[in-house]
Amino acid sequence: MDLAYTPEEEEFRARLREWLAKALPTLPPKPSPDDWPGRRAYDLGWQRRLYDAGYADVHWDASPTVRLIFLEETEKAGAPYVGAGFVGLLHAGPTIAAEGTAEQRARWLPPILRGEEVWCQGFSEPDAGSDLAALRTRARRDGDDYVVSGSKIWTSHAEVADWCELLVRTDPQAPKHRGISWLAMPMGAPGITVRPLRTLAGSAEFAEVFLDEVRVPVANRVGDENDGWRVTMVTLSFERGTAFVGEVVACRRVLRELAGEARKNGRWDDPVLRRRLGRLNAEFRALWRLTQWNVSEAERTGGVPGVGGSVFKLRYSHARQELYGAAADVLGPQSLDLDQPWVLDRLSSLSYTIAAGTSQIQRNIVAERILGLPKGR
Amino acid sequence: MRFQLTEDQRALRDGVRELLARRFGREVLRAAVDEPGRLDRALWRELGVAGFFALRLPEARGGVGLGLPEAVLAFEEAGRTLLPGPLVATHLAAGEVSGAATGEAVVADVGACGLVEWLTEADVVRGDAAGAVPLRSVDPLTPLHRVPVARGVDPVAVLLTAAEQLGSATRACELAVQHARAREQFGQPIGGFQAVKHLCADMLVRTETARAAVYAAAVTADAADIDTARLLADEAAVRGARDCLQVHGGMGFTWEFEVHLHLKRAWVRTHRAGDATESEESLAAELLAQPI
Repeated sequence: MDLAYTPEEEEFRARLREWLAKALPTLPPKPSPDDWPGRRAYDLGWQRRLYDAGYADVHWDASPTVRLIFLEETEKAGAPYVGAGFVGLLHAGPTIAAEGTAEQRARWLPPILRGEEVWCQGFSEPDAGSDLAALRTRARRDGDDYVVSGSKIWTSHAEVADWCELLVRTDPQAPKHRGISWLAMPMGAPGITVRPLRTLAGSAEFAEVFLDEVRVPVANRVGDENDGWRVTMVTLSFERGTAFVGEVVACRRVLRELAGEARKNGRWDDPVLRRRLGRLNAEFRALWRLTQWNVSEAERTGGVPGVGGSVFKLRYSHARQELYGAAADVLGPQSLDLDQPWVLDRLSSLSYTIAAGTSQIQRNIVAERILGLPKGR
Repeated sequence: MRFQLTEDQRALRDGVRELLARRFGREVLRAAVDEPGRLDRALWRELGVAGFFALRLPEARGGVGLGLPEAVLAFEEAGRTLLPGPLVATHLAAGEVSGAATGEAVVADVGACGLVEWLTEADVVRGDAAGAVPLRSVDPLTPLHRVPVARGVDPVAVLLTAAEQLGSATRACELAVQHARAREQFGQPIGGFQAVKHLCADMLVRTETARAAVYAAAVTADAADIDTARLLADEAAVRGARDCLQVHGGMGFTWEFEVHLHLKRAWVRTHRAGDATESEESLAAELLAQPI
């Protein structure tokens, strides 16, 4: 049991730090949250810089520990978040790398790495949220194409995406997990309508996507027909060990900023608030250690992430909400002002116990797959 | 970074687990509860022979020469089985108090809250035990005295206590899951009901988060890491035992079942090495100290 990094890993960290210190001051100004074309350009521009510097494929090819260091250092330096590149780099890319043909890999992977194409995720549907496999979007075979009709929801970056990793039902007669296929759908195809959805935080973070007889070449199917559920499980298992590394580092920084603010505005004298911040410090320190533990575990098992990700996600999503709850108490009545720091973060943190599997679903996963409790309802 | 148990560490943990299963099984635990306040000296010496107390003492001084991570693993096993006695105090006295390392002597400490565990059974007491008043201890396996003058606490005592809490939390989760799988109501195992399932899932989440914190503190021996370990492990043990009791329903509320012993011991441990408030205050102050 140790927490020391190898000389090679430390060297990677030092090299990255040095590069970040030079690269970050030359970044263009950050676009406003509602400027989607601006955000796309900004995020892809950053990915291109990473590509040119040799860091583009760190999410795919590096060891879990090197990925941990990359995410830790970029967050500490205040580098841009993966943003619009998220689905391509962390979901679709690794899935195509693992399950795609040579032609598919050659067509889709380089543009993701070079920051040229944005992907979105067409998994969730209005009537199939937590029960993902209940999806109903149909794909009918017609010659060399699938003809797709249905709708998807909670699709982030849909307005500015070039591709969509799309789950469709290719065999309506099969049991619900067996009739699904995984397609790469070009977002410019006729028959696609994107309707942005406004979140409770006020901005259009995601969209509803309507599909009306959209033609997708059969050649765009990754994996076998009706084998899409297995491919999807591959997609969902990626980056579980390291998915939240940057965010935990960011939360630890916010906590320090909160303590500083509390000291400035006099709230620090309240022992109840102080103790609460102290406990949150313990919480995020422990979550950092749990991240290191999970990364070491992934390293030991050859990079295959386990269901341990659910344990982390459960604890982290609630901790993050508590952090911004404490932020509101540090701010006092100012927490009602959307222009104050942390107020939008407080609102967006409410999604953490819902997105990527609600806490209730995560508890079922932990109970059934780790603890071996019987399936039930 | 290899933040996982090494082969040697696994072997050590399994060895302690086997020793305790053999020498302190369920029947011995029941017998100890029926005869409170008496320490099994033969078992104490056996622990001494196995190196439990001399684990961190250098080999040159007759010890095993291992480190904090190994000690944490051994104390975690002690916590799992509810092994009674002033284990932490005696372990800390190895090399300083004659006979402590070998288990010939039982050493008690005056704690930071002014409580002393196992005072009457102790051969040596560290700290000022004058004016000690016996309490009717809530934990039948931990006799307690109260003294007027408290004693400063060694951070290692905080960490080893957290390790015991971790073991107790792990065991409470296992007991709850076993029961939830076996016990049937409304025609199915109660573990199939989400209300029960989610209690168990939360127990595991608290335990595994605490485990990462306790093991990391054992590796770094850093003060803030140890405070973190204490807060997380106390929470995992106390709430874990509480939830385990709930999963057991009426059975959990009886004396026969061991879950109340886990809960009561967990409460005792939360007061052994100072107070959670101190750790929260230090960790709050640490936030102002330096950037991450």
